[in-house]
Amino acid sequence: MNFEPKILGFLCNWCSYAGADLAGVSRMQYPPNIRILRVMCSGRVDPEFFFEGFLKGIDGIILTGCHLGDCHYLEGNYEAMMKFDLVKRLLSLINFENRVRLEWVSASEGKRFAEIVTDFTNHIKEQGPSPTRTDNPDPVLVEKLKALKNAAGDQRLRALVGRERKITEQGNVYGEVISKEKFDELLNLAIKDEFERHWILLMLQKEPKSVKGIAKELKIDSSEVLKHIVSLRNQNLVALERIEGLSPIYVRIGEN
Amino acid sequence: MKMEGEEVRIGIFVCHCGSNIGGVMDCKALVKYASTLPDVVYTEDNLYTCSEVGLNQIKDAIKEHNLNRVIVASCTPRTHESLFRDTIQEVGLNPYLFEMANIRDQCSWVHMKDKEKATEKAKDLLRMAVGKAKMLEPLEKIKVGVTPAAAVIGGGIAGITAATNLLHQGFNVFLLEKTNQLGGIINRLYKLYPSNELGTEFIQKKIEYIQNHPNIEVLTNATIKSVYGFVGEYDLEVEVNNSTKKLRAGTIIIATGAQVLDAQYVQEFKGENVINQADLELQLKNKTFDAKNVVMVQCAGARIDERPYCSNICCMTALKNALLIKEQSPDSHVTILYRDVQTLGTKYEETYQKARESRILFVKYSPEKNPIVENDHVKVYSELSGGKEISIPRDLIVLSTPLVANPDSKELAQFFKVPLEENQFFLEAHVKLRPVDFATDGVYVCGCTKWPADIPETISQAYAASSRASTVLSHETFEVEGSTAKILDKSKCVGCEICIKICPFGAIIKNEEDEVDIIQVLCHGCGTCGATCPHKAITVSHFTTEQIISQIHSFGGD
Repeated sequence: MNFEPKILGFLCNWCSYAGADLAGVSRMQYPPNIRILRVMCSGRVDPEFFFEGFLKGIDGIILTGCHLGDCHYLEGNYEAMMKFDLVKRLLSLINFENRVRLEWVSASEGKRFAEIVTDFTNHIKEQGPSPTRTDNPDPVLVEKLKALKNAAGDQRLRALVGRERKITEQGNVYGEVISKEKFDELLNLAIKDEFERHWILLMLQKEPKSVKGIAKELKIDSSEVLKHIVSLRNQNLVALERIEGLSPIYVRIGEN
Repeated sequence: MKMEGEEVRIGIFVCHCGSNIGGVMDCKALVKYASTLPDVVYTEDNLYTCSEVGLNQIKDAIKEHNLNRVIVASCTPRTHESLFRDTIQEVGLNPYLFEMANIRDQCSWVHMKDKEKATEKAKDLLRMAVGKAKMLEPLEKIKVGVTPAAAVIGGGIAGITAATNLLHQGFNVFLLEKTNQLGGIINRLYKLYPSNELGTEFIQKKIEYIQNHPNIEVLTNATIKSVYGFVGEYDLEVEVNNSTKKLRAGTIIIATGAQVLDAQYVQEFKGENVINQADLELQLKNKTFDAKNVVMVQCAGARIDERPYCSNICCMTALKNALLIKEQSPDSHVTILYRDVQTLGTKYEETYQKARESRILFVKYSPEKNPIVENDHVKVYSELSGGKEISIPRDLIVLSTPLVANPDSKELAQFFKVPLEENQFFLEAHVKLRPVDFATDGVYVCGCTKWPADIPETISQAYAASSRASTVLSHETFEVEGSTAKILDKSKCVGCEICIKICPFGAIIKNEEDEVDIIQVLCHGCGTCGATCPHKAITVSHFTTEQIISQIHSFGGD
């Protein structure tokens, strides 16, 4: 069967959207799979949006903004780059990182826009349909995606990425500039933590579980799970429900 | 987010745009589909929704069917959103309760060969528009005070004309010129076409007028160091003769012009005694011209891969100078090697006729076989004689080199956050609908800054830009975009100040109560703060997280 991917494009109003219009004015032809969602700036695109899209069975998502230095809002596209980097790192945990792309398209680059869309569409065709697009997607994958979405929406990763440019370029409040490598290392650790914690929260939402039970589903070491449980208890997100035999059983509490 | 106690009633208008949309996709099917979408209570299709008839139909439908959201599926919001917003406002609907689906520029025009898929795509775009429309909230525009002064950047004919026009209307003007002298390229020219007036005389009269005017401040040797602010209140820091000057202007006109490409940069035609038309004009002006056999080469360094554009002014410049040579030394031979001669309008066409009658020789060459410059002659392969080689004696070669963008145009563009096109000329908001505007409010462009233009054209553009500027300057206040950042939930804010640091406009501050606050007029509405806030306490109106997620879900299908 011929696979027609569902592709979502976030375009900034000033450069990329104008570039897409110019492609039209110039009658450049490209595959009809992309649906364009206009935002004022590429920096507006919240990391969560990507996961919302993939959870709804979208096969590929492209984000385009003004070229670096050309942003109508001065630096929004730099922020977009940081956020996109986070999205890619999160998606790589479920091998979805090839389903997203970030490109810069100016208002005069109608031809370039058409070429990028054509190339990305072909690329997604090669990737095949998103595993979430079927009627009965793998429930574990869906849970993982939800966990990633929640991680992207939660304060820790957002705060890190929100401070990334300041920390790596100007320094923190003590004036220490942290190298990009060091920052990435910290970010990767935080990503792993947050992904696992949000997955645990989703699991416990459904039914109370023991540390061992969680470790088995997550396929990670029990000691890691215990660390997460301690942290989540401190945040009042998880509580001890009962003791079953020798195993404490934990339950999700509080709001989402 | 529904308005309290009010049900959402969406009306959808599908535009055929003549055959632009209707000729590609099935608009009737689209309307039928639209009527099945949730909260949609009215649908119709129009031949041209933006026509008087179409706009009236929208207004009638709003009244008759009590619509509180309007969607137009047509061209692009970049050109037509404001028109439709004004229309719904006329019948009392808040202009922000409007959404557009771009089914022409980003659909019918780019999928012309696939009608079925184009129609399917348009359906998705409509569904996404409904997803957003049902979440739209009414917003109010903000009013800002206007400083009744304009800063005109560039003291050539474009800048001088724009400044003069603004002075005539009673506004204050700052005229900034990078060099030590007003007048620009015209200072170097001999006689001007079509008037045959001396360039220096022509420009001196204009310079004198503005220099003696009480309401203008002319700053030569001026370099812009920083630009801050927005329409109505631009603050510029300008370095003038090693001192910094601060000035405030309500609007900006960019009239920095262009440069004539030097003959030495044209690789194809190198040799002894090879100059460009501007050099020739200096020789004619200073009466140092003494060549007997002149060969002019048109499109030298233009319409090639490196510079694919036509410089627009070179045909007339060559004709004018060829005739001037004939006038000064009637015994000289002038040959013009051309690819195409463009003489627009009857007046210019007459000049071409006159040149032919004056025994100026025209030889057409092809860029595949460029003329070859030798020491005393030029070899040209005449396209009209089947590529036959013709040897033309020469002691002077005059290259009609194009106007090229100023090397500092990129820097200037970044100050005002306006775009450049691929050849580094400034790119207007819309070639037909907003030819001297930028997308940025209060900044205008004219003359060769935008594209090579001759003097008459530059003057008309300068009038256009200055009259556009006066539409802002003539009001005490100016309305700016209402879709700005807003604090969603104060209790969610933990005071991390990340938003304050990432806002490039300084629009987010901590107020006296130590709470995060937004200065609306400084906010440009990019929404980066909303995408960043760790606690999602802040968002941007009209592009809220809920609205965007609703669009995403509408595409993905629930």
